[in-house]
Amino acid sequence: MKRIISIILAVVMTAMCLVCFSGCGKSYVGEVNVYNWGEYIANGEDGLMDVIDEFEKSTNIKVNYTTYETNEQLYNMLKNSNASYDVIIPSDYMISKLIKEDMLLELNYDNIPNYQNIMERFKHLACDPESKYTVAYSWGVTAMVYDKTKLDKKPTSWEALWDKNLSGDILMFNNSRDAMAIAMQLCGIDPSNCTKEDIDIAAKKLSEQKPLLKMYVMDQVFNQMEKSQAAISPYYAGDVMVMMENNEDLDYAMPVDGANLFYDAMCIPKCSKNKENAEKFINFMQEPKIAAANFEYLLYATPNQKTFDEYLDDDIKNNELIFPSEEYLDKCYVFSDIPDDVYSHMQEQFVNIQAK
Amino acid sequence: MKSRKPSIPYIIWMVIFTMIPIVMIGFTAFTDSQGNFSLEAFSKAFFYTDVFIHSLWIALLSTAICLLLAYPLAYLITRMKKSSQNTVIMLLMIPMWMNFLLRIYAWVTLLQDNGPIDLALSLLGIHGTYIGNSAAVVLGMVYEYLPFMVLPIYTVMSKIDYSLIEAAQDLGSNNLAVFGKVVAPLSVPGIISGVTMVFVPSASTFLVAQYLGGTDDIMIGDVIDKIFWTDQNTGSAISLILMVFIFVFLIIMNLFGDEEAIA
Amino acid sequence: MKKKTGICSKIYIALMMFFLYVPIAVLIFFSFNEGKTTVWKGFSLKWYEELFKDDNIMNALGNTLIIAILASLFATILGTAAAIGINNFKGKKRLVIQNVSNIPIISPDIVLGVSLMLLFTAVGVMFNFEMGFITVLLSHICFCVPFVVLNVMPRIKRMDQSVYDAALDLGCNQWQAFTKVVIHELMPGIFSGLLMSFTYSLDDFIITYFTRGTKFQNLSIEIYSMTHRRISPKINALSALLFLAVLIIMIAINLHDRHDEKQSLQKT
Repeated sequence: MKRIISIILAVVMTAMCLVCFSGCGKSYVGEVNVYNWGEYIANGEDGLMDVIDEFEKSTNIKVNYTTYETNEQLYNMLKNSNASYDVIIPSDYMISKLIKEDMLLELNYDNIPNYQNIMERFKHLACDPESKYTVAYSWGVTAMVYDKTKLDKKPTSWEALWDKNLSGDILMFNNSRDAMAIAMQLCGIDPSNCTKEDIDIAAKKLSEQKPLLKMYVMDQVFNQMEKSQAAISPYYAGDVMVMMENNEDLDYAMPVDGANLFYDAMCIPKCSKNKENAEKFINFMQEPKIAAANFEYLLYATPNQKTFDEYLDDDIKNNELIFPSEEYLDKCYVFSDIPDDVYSHMQEQFVNIQAK
Repeated sequence: MKSRKPSIPYIIWMVIFTMIPIVMIGFTAFTDSQGNFSLEAFSKAFFYTDVFIHSLWIALLSTAICLLLAYPLAYLITRMKKSSQNTVIMLLMIPMWMNFLLRIYAWVTLLQDNGPIDLALSLLGIHGTYIGNSAAVVLGMVYEYLPFMVLPIYTVMSKIDYSLIEAAQDLGSNNLAVFGKVVAPLSVPGIISGVTMVFVPSASTFLVAQYLGGTDDIMIGDVIDKIFWTDQNTGSAISLILMVFIFVFLIIMNLFGDEEAIA
Repeated sequence: MKKKTGICSKIYIALMMFFLYVPIAVLIFFSFNEGKTTVWKGFSLKWYEELFKDDNIMNALGNTLIIAILASLFATILGTAAAIGINNFKGKKRLVIQNVSNIPIISPDIVLGVSLMLLFTAVGVMFNFEMGFITVLLSHICFCVPFVVLNVMPRIKRMDQSVYDAALDLGCNQWQAFTKVVIHELMPGIFSGLLMSFTYSLDDFIITYFTRGTKFQNLSIEIYSMTHRRISPKINALSALLFLAVLIIMIAINLHDRHDEKQSLQKT
């Protein structure tokens, strides 16, 4: 028995030593806590730069990097627990909510000279019109990805997701906000700001779609589309691009009357204890070279004009899925913060569609 | 050895980390977001009745299948050499050391159209879709929790005194009779704890149904995960109801067992 | 003792093992894939290389192991002591204590996670402390202790009290009698409690998910947050290595057991 325990301990210790080797032995002058989406930063894969490593090397500030899964989880953590965070990267509507509830610190843009690299459109975000709290990180639109072998022609409207001929081969967002938005758009409702009645109408539309669906998906969409398991699905532009790279049969389609324009922006929450380091980090992320590495990794559009001009190939610059034209973007809508009771009504309705 | 003192730290621990959290769930469930007494969370929770029923049904099916598969397995393991027994038990445990999400991902790969299982079965002339339905969810659950069923049953069976079996054989019982009269009754406590350990997590887990299920398959765990971050009160109310359901189930089941089993 | 396994039962066991290990094989298979998806693009070891370069994953692995070790050790100590103490309660009191002790096992993970999170956030706001390593450790101990109690309890019931008394008569002091006799007797129970605790702690996702706060990240959280986009094959590589490590431990144990068996055979 003792020997068994000692063998187990030995293996565990070896593993721990390995772990330590990768982290120990450096001394830092400060730290910054970064809370980001999972897989949302260039991490040294595919010959790209390891952005966090690079930041640590150039500033000697230690980055504590952790990840979250949903905006709501981020909000809950900041609101209810006594967490302290320095840099967070929430999405559009969540930023409005955080600003409204006075949970963000005003940034000192003098410490973020790279802010001037940001495209005009993303300098005055709808959620932060006076540009006091945010520096955009990435953006994109929702679009459709479809299998050319299963559809005769390129769809032009979300209506394709309700196509009876594709019954059993359609995928849909498993995320109340995105799914409802598509339905609302088709019902002629403005999805950026909706009421409970709007939600009921959209819910009806979605329940009509349900019998035609194969699955409600989030990240499962990659496997489904890349392996030609389904015909069509809505998803985020950057990810659609990734799927197309992995399966030649796939193509994208953008609804002509616009789609959801989303963006994630870097902010500093009120609870931050290292504001200066946080600003350094934000500034670093908008270095043209760094933003370029992040873009190549993510394939979500970069708001950095300099990166766009100096680092990107013409191919990608002219890709209307990743960087849609100004006219197209004007047709798109951005989510705004909706009241809590409306949001929970939306979630209830969405669960109800699935449960029925 | 006759002192009760060693248990004092744990009793204090239980008060802090078991009793108080349950009281807090109850408190949160019976209040609104301002902290005033309210039953609103419960009225919202009952909105998800269909999901409750579906989850409990899936859990029941998974538990039954686990039991059917695990019981003979546990019995057969007890008939092996002692050292082989240890090996097989370890072999049962190892898959649990791999991350559960990865195991689900692996099943997605296996079950998808033109995946290995589909290809193998179409060679035999069977065509079909194996993912995106409740059966796939049940399969996923059975896979995740099968070891939880085998281990307790095995533990109880391996403690059965072999001389009892020999005595039965000497008295002229054949193998089947030995099994029915001696082994089966003595293994009831193991079955009860196995059923508990499979039923509880499969009724409440999340993600499994999202990956393997179809459009109808939403489990109560997924709902709690979705709701809780935005609305703690409703999330707590659903949790509380789920807990009551499970306790009732366990109490009913224990009527068939004896005090040796869990709870 | 005659114990025989027929051909049918061998086939059955083999089938079950096949069922359990096919997904694991798939996992390991794709760790050698050149591409990032489950489309086979050719053999490559690049994900193993990338794995060791990824500080986040390495950190998460470290956290997972530390939590599993500490939680199972604490839980074993706390649980063994508790079991000895509880054994001396009688009647109703004992029933109540045992049932409360079982609550973490019979209540769903998600409920336990949610309830502990409510506790920790409330305490955190009151005493100005942040969820993280400590809260995750405490929660893991919470669901591990009952397993230890359950495993040790039957051993205590079966233990002969007189052995302890005999040790005292033979000149041991109480502590010696306890460590030399009692612990020795309880060892198999303690060990299986420890192993179960370790396994559960390693495998846990849901409870960590709710009690981790913002600054703590273990492997299951790291993997889950990857699903926001897609799980990296680095994780497959890591699982393959873990699998290998476990396999080596197991073979070692097995050889050791066989060795022991032979020795005991030779003695008789």
